[in-house]
Parts: sequence; structure tokens; C-alpha cells
Amino acid sequence: MTDAVKFDTALPAKRESRLKRFFQALALMRESPVGMIGLLLILFWVMMAILAPFLPLYDPNAIMAPFQKIGATAPDGGIFWLGTDHKGRDILSRIIWGAQKVLIWATFATFVAYVVGMLMGVLAGYKGGWADEIVSFIANIFLSFPFIILCIIIVATLGASGWTVVVAVTFASAPQIMRIVRGLVLDLKTRDYIFAAQTRGESPWYIMLVELLPNARGPLIVDACLRLGYTVVAIATLGFLGLGLPPPDPDWGLMLKEAVPLGAFAGHSMYLPAAALASLILGFNLLADGLREISLRD
Amino acid sequence: MLPTTAVTPVLECKNVNISYYTRAGEIPAVIDFNLTLMPGESMGIVGESGCGKSTVALAIMQYMGKNGRVKSGQILFNGRDLQTMGEDELRSIRGSQISMVYQEPMASLNPSMKIGEQLMEVPLYHESVTEAEAKQRSLDMLAAVRLPDPQRIMDAYPHQISGGQQQRVVIAMALLSKPALLLLDEPTTALDVTVEAGIVQLIKDISKQFGTSMIYISHNLGLILETCDRITVMYSGEAVEAGAVQSVFNEMRHPYTRGLFASIPLPGTNKNSRPLVPIRGQLPLPQNRPQGCYFSPRCDFFQAGRCDTKGGISMRPVSDEQRHDVRCVRFEDIDWANYRPIGLSGDKVEIGKTVLEVKHMKKYYELKDSSLIAMIKGKKVQYVKANEDINLVAHEAETVAIVGESGCGKSTFAKVLMGLEEATEGEVILNGLELSHTPVQQRKAQTVALLQMVFQNPFDTLNPSHTVGSQIARVIKKFDIESDPDKINQRVMELLDLVKLPRDFALRRPRQLSGGQKQRIGIARAFAGRPSVVVADEPVSALDVSVQAAVTGLLTDIQRNLKTTLLFISHDLSVVRYVSDRIVVMYLGHIMEQGTTDEIFNPPYHPYTEALLSAVPIADTSVKKRHIVLEGELPSPVNPPSGCPFQTRCPRKMCAICETQLPALQHTDTGHAIMCHIPIAELRKVEQVFQVEAAN
Amino acid sequence: MIVLAAKRLVAMLLIMLVVSFILFSLFEADKMAVAGKVLGPYSSIEQREIWLSQNGYDEPFLSRYTQWVGGALHGDFGDSLQYKVPVSELLADRLKNTGILALIFFLIMIPLSLTLGVLAGMKEGSWLDRIISIFSVLTTSIPEFVTATFLTGLFVYTWQLLPGTSSMTGGFSWQEMILPVMVLVIYDFGYVTRMTRASMAEVMTSQYIRTAILKGLPYKRVIMRHALRNALIAPFTVIVLQLNWLLSGLVVVEVFFAYKGFGSLLVDAALFGDIYVIEACVMVAVFIAVFSQFISDIGYTLLNPRIRFS
Ligand SMILES: Nc1ncnc2c1ncn2[C@@H]1O[C@H](COP(=O)(O)OP(=O)(O)OP(=O)(O)O)[C@@H](O)[C@H]1O
Ligand code: SF4
Ligand code: SF4
Ligand SMILES: [Mg+2]
Repeated sequence: MTDAVKFDTALPAKRESRLKRFFQALALMRESPVGMIGLLLILFWVMMAILAPFLPLYDPNAIMAPFQKIGATAPDGGIFWLGTDHKGRDILSRIIWGAQKVLIWATFATFVAYVVGMLMGVLAGYKGGWADEIVSFIANIFLSFPFIILCIIIVATLGASGWTVVVAVTFASAPQIMRIVRGLVLDLKTRDYIFAAQTRGESPWYIMLVELLPNARGPLIVDACLRLGYTVVAIATLGFLGLGLPPPDPDWGLMLKEAVPLGAFAGHSMYLPAAALASLILGFNLLADGLREISLRD
Repeated sequence: MLPTTAVTPVLECKNVNISYYTRAGEIPAVIDFNLTLMPGESMGIVGESGCGKSTVALAIMQYMGKNGRVKSGQILFNGRDLQTMGEDELRSIRGSQISMVYQEPMASLNPSMKIGEQLMEVPLYHESVTEAEAKQRSLDMLAAVRLPDPQRIMDAYPHQISGGQQQRVVIAMALLSKPALLLLDEPTTALDVTVEAGIVQLIKDISKQFGTSMIYISHNLGLILETCDRITVMYSGEAVEAGAVQSVFNEMRHPYTRGLFASIPLPGTNKNSRPLVPIRGQLPLPQNRPQGCYFSPRCDFFQAGRCDTKGGISMRPVSDEQRHDVRCVRFEDIDWANYRPIGLSGDKVEIGKTVLEVKHMKKYYELKDSSLIAMIKGKKVQYVKANEDINLVAHEAETVAIVGESGCGKSTFAKVLMGLEEATEGEVILNGLELSHTPVQQRKAQTVALLQMVFQNPFDTLNPSHTVGSQIARVIKKFDIESDPDKINQRVMELLDLVKLPRDFALRRPRQLSGGQKQRIGIARAFAGRPSVVVADEPVSALDVSVQAAVTGLLTDIQRNLKTTLLFISHDLSVVRYVSDRIVVMYLGHIMEQGTTDEIFNPPYHPYTEALLSAVPIADTSVKKRHIVLEGELPSPVNPPSGCPFQTRCPRKMCAICETQLPALQHTDTGHAIMCHIPIAELRKVEQVFQVEAAN
Repeated sequence: MIVLAAKRLVAMLLIMLVVSFILFSLFEADKMAVAGKVLGPYSSIEQREIWLSQNGYDEPFLSRYTQWVGGALHGDFGDSLQYKVPVSELLADRLKNTGILALIFFLIMIPLSLTLGVLAGMKEGSWLDRIISIFSVLTTSIPEFVTATFLTGLFVYTWQLLPGTSSMTGGFSWQEMILPVMVLVIYDFGYVTRMTRASMAEVMTSQYIRTAILKGLPYKRVIMRHALRNALIAPFTVIVLQLNWLLSGLVVVEVFFAYKGFGSLLVDAALFGDIYVIEACVMVAVFIAVFSQFISDIGYTLLNPRIRFS
């Protein structure tokens, strides 16, 4: 039974296995066509956002010829691949730069919300008692605001800017993340390995961060993916309501707001940003769905 | 091979193959399965987890789920193939002619329907009787399964009655339309031993009273012996041995059957004269079954060329016996008389100085009662008396077992010892240090290291996010055993050697390990800090039967070699008898009896110990056992009975005094202690619970 | 049970109180800013101070807060800065309009999504399930104003079947209701459908459904009596909590179609800086949200015998 195998140092093997696990995860993704489509949609927009400065695009804020159709020739001899809007700005360029903006702010805002929400959740779930009561009460207060209304209040007090969006998303999302994490922790903390850690006298923070959180990652990854989608929606919605990232920089929501009343004679300036927004959010939702499906299988 | 009678069998399975179809491909769950069940007969199917027992039962019910399919073979019920029947015909048979009892009674009953309605459905839909008639029948049947107050039960929701009562309801439901065939899939696995004894008694009576044919599925050989006429032993999807219970139990032919019997602690076994023999290795996954005989990697009689032929091994009858078949090419050749496998013998170790002492320890949990009545009465706090006046001494190299049913306070006791809970009163002294009011975070690293634990559930005991090696290393670091990374690594390797696992397991993650292997890592982790006391909370009860003996053996071996004190918490008296030097019997937080293993297993018995002993199913035809079935349910520790805690169920109760006064502990001169009003001299006259007849 | 309800009620009041305090401090702690909002950006400091003392702003913050709460309890939130009418009048009218929209929406969405969800969950993995599931992911993924854009494009600009705004200037019009309701339903039904599906699918794989089938009950009885009751508990809570979610959706839809409801009032107020209207609207929204949470908790307990009797 004891065919003891020579044991090398632990580290290189660990690193390799992490890389391998990443590729295994990617290979798994192939088994969910839905998730794959989502991933491709997201990758497309991420590529666009990264490449935006290097693509031969017009300045998104440059005012040229208004109401140009798709494929029209620009005054300088170039082509408006997707036409221009009512002010004569290149729609293609505005959509791509808009993607960059919404992706950066959405990712950042979700990240901040996650850090706050996870800490609150682990604390409430693991400590229980008063810590739980207090954290849960704070969370309940913010959860009692409908999402957009919370954003509106925050924008109304702080004024519109990217940072306001981050604050708004954090206030609105962190309590929800906290609830999820709290639920997961309540379940995980009855496991024997947590008792084992306690019986070795580990500190509560070690248990929360090293023993508990890593095991909650599965559902959290799915949720993070969905939440990125929500955040994109939130940013676009604020833009649409005129409360978002301030003009003139391109913002998908604002583009829609301006284009819809003129939709009768410039349909493309309304449909194109709408389609861009829909495809990105669909991407996040499909990817989340695929991830969930795969995680349930295992 | 069949008796030539004109009677048609109630059920006949002919060459049945069943597969599940998953993403990973086809998983053959049951292979070439044959079974014949005559009217009134009861057949036990025994085997370890995953061997295909439930699959057989569900195939008989023709309920295979989305991805399961009977690939080939016939399942004949009263001569007709169930697979050729349409949905309507199946529906008319299910629940009326074939019915089933499930492992988890709670989950099998609809949580949002009253029990009465769930029962009445059966006659209403199968026999179109009137409501009143259906109700009357349900009431009668509830009485027949010996449920108190059937009227109240009819109006209750499933969660309002106890687990044992739920299972009786499920049995009543199955019997309501007098089926010809009753399938029982592990009907008592989720229940406590004394409750199990009651259900088993009921099942035996029913099969007599109604003449129902039964298929009784279990992983417990003892239960099959008590309830069945015939037995089929399954291993990894195949039936490996089938025959009458008496002939299989007395003269098993298949090496697996033999191995199974040798690895369970029967009353006849003994550490020195008749030691347990674990089966090596572990169950193969269906995808990794070897060619030829599936048992071959674990078999001592494996012969290349004969046992590993392509195409599998078939069932062959034993020549001089009726209806006894074995799936082994060599069963006639094996010379059992001269087979002397190495057992788990333990040399007797000298028991040393006192290591752990618990004095008058009490642990009460506060319960906040927020019901309106409690608020009005102003009585806000209730106590759960989890541990009452626990006294216990454990010495170096000694194994002390703590036995009792669920809720008796075993785990609470462990938590107080470990410092996860603070004792309400009393002292816990470890190597002269008083610990009962020092939570684990405030104990010194060395003190914490001295007292470690092995946990019950192998799936929970290791953190799935970290490698096995790093989890052991963390303990070594935490307890300052070593601090140099190379030395830590060295120590991890030594510990893996200690629990007989390959060294490269250090890099594995828990999900790449089998249950038994995880439990071994759990043991390595507990011993990493060189503890003087290890608390093992049901360390093997969640493992496969054939792996249990090996893990128990390993644990006790290490403990003896290192002269560690072992507190072995268990509900299984058979294992306890095998491993421990002394036994503590608990009931509702009280220690009812305490003494050496011999003292516990022989009179004088505490009446509860007596009932507990008689409830343990024993897979040995040479053991004669007295049956004591306890009435009633386990009381809740929130509302313990007045007087003696056992008085609500005690068969020897002496009325008034037992109901009003907590009995005092009576000691014999050897230190054997019993908490009962009946004088020890009186208890000494009680007959032995089991007697081993001269072994053949 | 009653204790639970009482506890919930207390928690609910406490939340309302905290929210009102936060709100009041956000908008009215800085007196000068309030005066600036009321009198306009070009008012002088002196003018502002005169206005402040005339309107009782000289009192300490806490007593102003209690007066405000007192007023709010009587439905007095002051006058709208933008419309110069009492906020309560404005709000009542707008709430009525939003109520109509929400009611029609619920009447369509609930039966639709429950039916689809149950159908999909009954046979998990069937083609019907797949179609319903994919369709509901698609529709929930697309935000309301994008759906609204596409629908407007088609129904208003291309086919010219429906009006593009729903301001109801010429009195109530069913035609003007169609697009807003459609957008809300398309955006929202998928979520409830998915919840119902998940709950139904879980129930269908439960052991008690197996028991019911193996008891030989007709399939219809298994579904109607055994499965549905348990499967609908979760969607019930979701639907009630939808109210909270719906408020966000309503804001967007009302603004898009210029529907004179509560949501567009709030956005207008936010853009204009009409603080008294914002305060009132937010208090109403939070009340609806908290109250629906309360109903959902109580309902869940009532529907679930396991909790009800413990
Ligand atoms: N729905 C399923 N899909 C795929 N494989 C399955 C499914 N159900 C059972 N199996 C596999 O079929 C084999 C037999 O399973 P079965 O449940 O019949 O075993 P069992 O003997 O009843 O075990 P236990 O003692 O754990 O109840 C196992 O390997 C199991 O993993
Ligand atoms: S066939 Fe061979 S390997 Fe299999 S049980 Fe018999 S002797 Fe052992
Ligand atoms: S004290 Fe009475 S009730 Fe308790 S065990 Fe002894 S005889 Fe039974
Ligand atoms: Mg089974």
C-alpha cells in the first residue's frame, strides 16, 4: 500500500496545476454553448475597448456632418461605417469609446462593491450575533431602496460623475453581495474543516479569509458575472435618464436618449447603440448561465 | 437451480443490465442481475454504497429517472414483464401491488400536505372507495403500524412527528392496499438504533401477518439476518453471492462475502484471538472496473489467467446446495480452513498515568423562547441540558468510548473538551491544567496541540480549497512543531507514511481522494501536533463497510504506538466493544453507566444499556440475542422527563420513584458505575443480552 | 406567528425611520443649499437668510427633522419647487397613474410567467423547457429602455401603429398604455418564469414527488396536488419582492414614454433639484419596498406549514 513516491518541492507543481486548472475551466466552458456565446460577446467588447486608441477612428466628439447614413462618405474622404448622429459625430467611434468607458467603470464599481459586500457578508455570517444584526440592518436599509432610486438620490446629492456611479453601485450592490456571502458562510461554517481550524485555535480572520471565502467562490463567480451585467445596465440607465457620466464623452445610455426622439428619420443612430448595449449585457447573462450550469454539473 | 414448483414467483429478474447515461458516457450500474422471489419470501440485498442496490429497486418500480435505462433483461412481476406495460398499467400496479419504503422518511413525505390526506390517496385512487372508507382504512393501518393516537397523526404535517413515526407512516402508506411485493430501501438507516429495532420488529411482524413478499435493501448484514429468508450480496453492480440466509451466513463462498464478514466486529471477534481483517483497497468506480472479476484487485485468491478473463465471470450454483449461487471462478478451490489473513491484532498496551479528568462537568445551552405564551408568562429563557454532571477519567494509551444515540450530548461533550464551548459548571483537567473556562483561542499553542480531533464526515473534514499537504503543514506550523519549510515538508511526509498513504498525496486536493483516504488525512492532521488526547467523533460511521475496519485499525494502531489517549465517540456498540478499554453510556446528557468493556457487555446492565445492546443487529447466526423493543420516542433534551431520564421508555421502571427522583450512581468495588434505582445486586441477576453458541 | 409579524413590523418602522433621517440629512442639513435651491442660484446670501428664518429653518436640525416627520405623517411634504403646488397633491395624482400601469402589468405578467415556469419546470430538459428558458434569458437580459427603443422603432416609426409617447394629455387612452405595459412585461416576466421553473424543477426531483408517482397516483394529481403547492411558495415571494424591482423599471419606462407617473416625477425632480418632491417620492418608494418585503415574509410563513407550525 505504501508505494511512497519521491516528493519534490511543492511550489512548482502548485503553479502548474493552477495554470492547468485555468485551461481545464476554459475547456469546460466549451461544453456549454450558451456560456460560450456569452464569453465571445464579452471578449468582443473587451477587445474593442482595449483597441479603441489604436483603431483608425474619428474623434468621438468631433462634430462633422449630421444625420449621415451607414457607410456614407465623410467630408475628409473617409467612411462613416455606421453613419453619424444628429450632431454629426461618428457613431462607430462613439460606440467603441462608449464600450471602453462603460466597461472600465462597471468593472471598477463591481469590484469595489464586491470587496465591501464580501467583508460584510463574511463578518455577519461567521460572527453571527450582534455583528450580524448590525450588518444585516445596515444592508436592509439600503436594500429597501429600489436600485435606480438609490442611484438617483446619490447622483442628486453628489452630482453626476464616474465616481458617483461607483458609490451608487457600491451602496446598491454591496448589501446584496453581503446577503449571498452571508448565506454561503452560514452553510459553510458548520463544516468540520471549520471546526478543525477552530480547534487549532486559528484566529477568526484567518478562518474567514483562508478557510471560508475560497470555498464560496463558485456561486460568487456566477454572481459577479451577473452583477457586472447589472452594473452596465445601471450606468446606461443613469445615462439615459440624464444622470450618468457627464457629456460630451460618449455614453451608450445618453446616445439612446438623444437618438430616440429622432428615430423617425435616423433609425440607425437609435438602433445601433441599443444593439451594442443589449449584446454586452446578454453576454454577461449568458456567461453567468453557462457558468452556473457547469458548476452544477460537477 | 429453481425448485420445480407450479407456483409463479412474485418477482423474477432475468439477466437485467441497467445503465445510467451521463455526460461522461454510459455507466453500467447493475450488470447481469438475477433474482427470484417466491410468494411470502423475503429477500435481502446487501452491499456497499454505490453497488447498485437502489438502482435495482427503482428498476423494479420502473422509475429510472431521466438518464437511467434497463438495457436488457426481463423484470417479471407475477409472470408479466413490467417493461412491456404502459404507463396506465404501471400506475395501477404501483402503490397497490408493489409499494416501496424509502431511506429518508422526512423527504419522502410531502411537507405541505397533512398525513391523513397522503394516506387516504392510496385507497381513493386505487380502489375508488368512499372518503369515509379511505379514512377508516388509514386509521386502522396507522394503528397496525403501532402509532399512538392515529387520529392526531392523520391531522399532522410530516414535520410535526418524529423520524421513527414518519417511517411508520411511510410503511403504513405502503401497506394500505395490501401489496404483493414490498420494497424497502434502507428503511432504518436514518434512524437511531433503538428506534431502528422497533421498525425492524414491525417489518418482521408485517411480513408474517400480511404474507407480503419483501425485498429488503441494506448495507447492514445483521439487519438482513434478522428480517430475511434469502440474501443477495452485491459488489460493484454485480450480485456476487445469493442464497438462503442460513447457508450464506454459515458458509459463505465468495471471497468478498467472506471479507465483509471478517471485517465487521461481531461479538465473537476479539483483538487477540479473532481479530478483524480489513479488505484492502477500495471500491472501484463504475468507470474503473477491472477486467474479469470486479473484486480481483482486492482479492487474496486472484489468479492471473482465470480471474481476469474478458467477458466477465458468471454466477454458478454451489453443487450440493439448493439455490445458492456464487460469482467466482475459484470458489470450489479455495481452502478456507488454511486461510490465515493478517488481522488487526493489537498488543495490549500498559495503561499509564491519568491524562484527562472531567469532574462534574455541566453544559447548558440557553434557548431563547420567543413564543407569545412564553412572553406572557415572563419565562424567557429555557435551557437545553446537553451535559449533566459528567465525570470521567482517561489514562495514557487508553481508549475510552462514549456511546449513545443522537442528541445524548456526545458532540457537546467533545466541543467543551476542545474549548469550542465553555462549560457551565465543573472542571476539565488535561495534564493537570484546568481548561473548562478557557476557550480555544486563549489556550497556548502547546495546550491546543495536546488535544486534537478526528471528525465524522469525510466529505467535510478537509477544506476543499487547499491541498492535503498544505492542510497538514498548517497544523505543524500553527503548533510550532517545526518552522523551517523543509522540516515541515519532511514531517508532512512522515505523517503520510504514518497513515499509509503515498507521499504524492500531499499535492492532491481533497476531491481527488476517496472517503477512506480523506479520513486517513484527517487522522494524520490530528496526530500532526503530537497530541496526548485525540477525540474521534464517529470517525468511520460515514465510510463504506469494507473500508471501516481498515480505518479503525489504523487509528487504534497509531494511538497505541504513540501512547495517545483516545476518546472514541460512537453510536455503534459493536465497533466500540472491539476498540475500547472502557465505555461510557450516555442518555439525554447523563452518564447512565460507565465501566470496562467487559463490565458493560455483561450483567449487571443498566436498563438502557441492556436495550441498546439488544438493539444492535448482529450478523452471526451463532449469536442468540434477547430482543427488547423500547416504547416511545427519544425525549427532547429541552424537555427532559422528571426523575430518571430514561423513565419514559424504561422496561424495568419502578413507578413513582423513577418518575420523581433522579437515581444516584451506584458503584461496584471495581469502579463500574450504574445510575439506576434498582440495586446492583438485582441487576446482576439479569440474563446476558447475547450469547455466542459454540462456534463451528 | 403573531410575534414574527410584530417583529417584522417593528423592523420595518425602524428602517423607515432611519431612511427618513438619512434622507433629511442629505437634503436639508445644509440650510444655505436648501435656500439656494428654493430661491434659485442667483439669490443673494441675505435673501436666502431671510427666507430661511421666515420658513422656520432657524431651529436646530433635530427639531426641524421631527417637524418634517410629523408633516410627512400627515401627508404634508411642503410645496413643489418646480410646480408650485403641494407635493402631496402632485404625488397622489402620479401614484394613481403608476398604480394603473403596475396593476395592468401584474395582471398580465403573473399568469404568464407562472404558467410558463411551471410548464418548463415540469419536464426539465425537454424542448419546451429549453425554449422557454432561452427566451426568458434573452428578454431579461435586455434593459427596459433598449426594449423600449426597439419596440418604439417598430410600432411607432416603422409600422406607425401606436403612439410613441404616453403622456395621456387627452385623457386616459388604452392605446398609450400598450407600449409601456409591453416593455415592462417583456423585461420582467423572464425573471419570475425562471424562478418558477427552478422551483418547480427542484420539486419535481424531490423524493416526495417520487413517492407520489410510485404510489400510483395519476400524473395530473401528482402535479396539481403534490407539486404545485410546494413549487409556488418561492415564486410567491419573488413576485411580491418584484414590487421593489418594478419601481426601478417603472422609473425608466415612465421617462421613456413620458408617462405622467411617479417615476417620471422623481426623475424630473432630481434633474430640477426639487428636493421636497425627491424626499416625498423616496419615502413612498421605500415604504412600498419595505412593505412588500413584510408581506412576502408573512406570506412565505403562511404558505409553508413547516415554518407555520414551528
Ligand atoms: N441518476 C444517476 N446518474 C448517473 N449515475 C447514477 C445515477 N444514479 C446512480 N448512479 C450510479 O449507479 C451506481 C449504483 O447506484 P445505486 O444508487 O443503485 O447504489 P446503492 O447500492 O443504492 O448505494 P447506496 O448504498 O449509497 O444507496 C453508482 O455508481 C451510482 O453512482
Ligand atoms: S474470481 Fe478470482 S479474483 Fe474474483 S473473487 Fe474469485 S478468486 Fe477472487
Ligand atoms: S431508575 Fe427506573 S426508570 Fe431509570 S433506568 Fe432505573 S429502573 Fe429504569
Ligand atoms: Mg441506495
